[in-house]
Amino acid sequence: MTKIYVPRDSAARSVGADEVAAELAKIDGVEIIRNGSRGLLWLEPMIEVETPQGRIAYGPVEASDVDSLKAADFLTGGGHKLRLGNIEDHPYLKNQERLTFARCGITDPVSVADYVKHGGFEGLRKALGLSGADIVAEVTQSGLRGRGGAGFPTGIKWKTVHDAKAEQKYICCNADEGDSGTFADRMVMEGDPLMLIEGMTIAGLAVGASKGYVYIRSEYPDAIATMKEAIAVAVAADWLGATIQGTDKSFHLEVRRGAGAYICGEETAMLESLEGKRGTVRPKPPIPALEGLFGKPTVINNVLSFAAVPFIMAKGGAVYRNYGMGRSLGTLPFQLAGNIKQGGLVEKAFGVTLRQLVEDFGGGTFSGKPIRAIQVGGPLGSYIPASQLDMPMDYETFAAAQAMVGHGGLVVFDETVDMAAQARFAMEFCAIESCGKCTPCRIGSTRGVEVIDRIVAGVERESNLELLSDLCQTMTDGSLCAMGGLTPMPVMSAIRHFPEDFDKPAQLAAE
Amino acid sequence: MSGKHTLIDLSPREATAAREIALRYGNKPDALLEILHDLQEHLGFIPEASLPALAKALNLSRAEVHGVVTFYHDFKREPQGRHVIKVCRAEACQSMKGNELAAMIERYLQVKLGQTTADGAITVEAVYCLGNCALSPAIMVDDKLVGRVDAAKFEKIVAECRT
Repeated sequence: MTKIYVPRDSAARSVGADEVAAELAKIDGVEIIRNGSRGLLWLEPMIEVETPQGRIAYGPVEASDVDSLKAADFLTGGGHKLRLGNIEDHPYLKNQERLTFARCGITDPVSVADYVKHGGFEGLRKALGLSGADIVAEVTQSGLRGRGGAGFPTGIKWKTVHDAKAEQKYICCNADEGDSGTFADRMVMEGDPLMLIEGMTIAGLAVGASKGYVYIRSEYPDAIATMKEAIAVAVAADWLGATIQGTDKSFHLEVRRGAGAYICGEETAMLESLEGKRGTVRPKPPIPALEGLFGKPTVINNVLSFAAVPFIMAKGGAVYRNYGMGRSLGTLPFQLAGNIKQGGLVEKAFGVTLRQLVEDFGGGTFSGKPIRAIQVGGPLGSYIPASQLDMPMDYETFAAAQAMVGHGGLVVFDETVDMAAQARFAMEFCAIESCGKCTPCRIGSTRGVEVIDRIVAGVERESNLELLSDLCQTMTDGSLCAMGGLTPMPVMSAIRHFPEDFDKPAQLAAE
Repeated sequence: MSGKHTLIDLSPREATAAREIALRYGNKPDALLEILHDLQEHLGFIPEASLPALAKALNLSRAEVHGVVTFYHDFKREPQGRHVIKVCRAEACQSMKGNELAAMIERYLQVKLGQTTADGAITVEAVYCLGNCALSPAIMVDDKLVGRVDAAKFEKIVAECRT
């Protein structure tokens, strides 16, 4: 039997992976394995054939290519116009530092045996023999900061929950990955879900929580299905549930679906949603670490934060912190998105520059036109002009430039982008998705759209620009959470770096 | 999302379905979103008649249940088309001419986003990110993600939805 890997990742499926798999399954003597995606998304559907020379990849494959692949003896790695060679040698992969995504695309995501064969559960195995305080110390030592965007030190958060006294504590995974330009959480859940389960279980052992929830947005039906499948196989293999691996430790995990509200990616809104309520933001304090889900001490982390933990426990926090720069330690799975030639997932240590990501890895724009702006960190992140491409990806460098790394999503725009329209959209999006709890966000966003419309129409431009700036300051200072608080980031960055786009009638007159 | 929906049905069917699904979740109020998802899959939307039954089963006020149903974009209070097509309007898709695609879709189906075609085959709606941002522009047809969407691909999808 020759093994052929065809990703089950929804991005690969979105361009025909299922059809390719069905066509390949008709060939005698092949076994189709539905793996995760390697993250070279512009090459999807990318299939890999297991040969003595390694896994030989072909892509992007369409179902109609299967006949010519057969004619080219692809089962033995034969030459073909879609042949990419041994995928491990591909520069896009070779130049990455994959700690979290080490397994994604290699294994069958819902095979415990495969997972263990590739180093899975080593971290949990170790954690089972440690005290909660020791686990927290290891995570603190790693320098891991929350990968959801805020960058809060994970070890400190865990310690707070560890030290809290309560009968019941909870672990909640925020998998409400609503930021445009991000898909790393989805890829983990579809491509290596057991790693997330392992990370959350370690968190449970660390702080003394016996119950966890994964809150997944409803826009990710494949991730929901794969996570549920992975939980079932983990329970069956005794890596989850009561008496894990014969110890007296237990951890129970449940998947909960979101329902199309962006705001539920905000941690307190997510808690409300997990409790079955409207996803409105809670004022802080109390912090969720002390009074979180159902009022109990709760660890809330992003998928990528939990996913980084198995490596940290297996190899040691000291190894993890060897990557990165300054106070941004370890790696971040960056997501190259939007108008980009080679979009996909690139895990690199902090310190890599934007230019290296979008030019060396990404190959520039999809359209072939010059890059004009990159929105980094989702819809609440700043637009960064092409002149700042040499900035290193580092929490502090970005903060100093009035920008944010966020969840590591990079949305590239070419020179045709209208930055006034993008600024308007940021306000419009905030108006659509605001939970409505606080006034600056609820009302400010609608007023913001109106003011930008007046500026673009050339109505009292100077005073309206001043008004917009004042409004943004009010939203920043007065909003309860990051939704209203950070919406000014894309708006003001667009004005700062691209003032000409807000001055159109004058531009026309000049021509 | 392609479940069958009732037309005008004043029978207690909705209430029965709501009670059965709530019971499946142990009548726990924190499972309300899951219950509503299941109910919508079963009935095609969340009929008004199911709300009092849900409230009673979960020991919530009807206002609380109404509040949740109306807060989340996913929950529909009216029957939808046989297929639901979600069109991504977020930044990554915008950078790949997503706005033009959305306009083309509205013209082609002769409806606005949020509406259902006259033949009841397709409801189109806006969505903000489907997590397919390296293969923009993206849409979702029922539960199936589609990337690198263009006019030809879209027309083929519509033809399939209408058969």
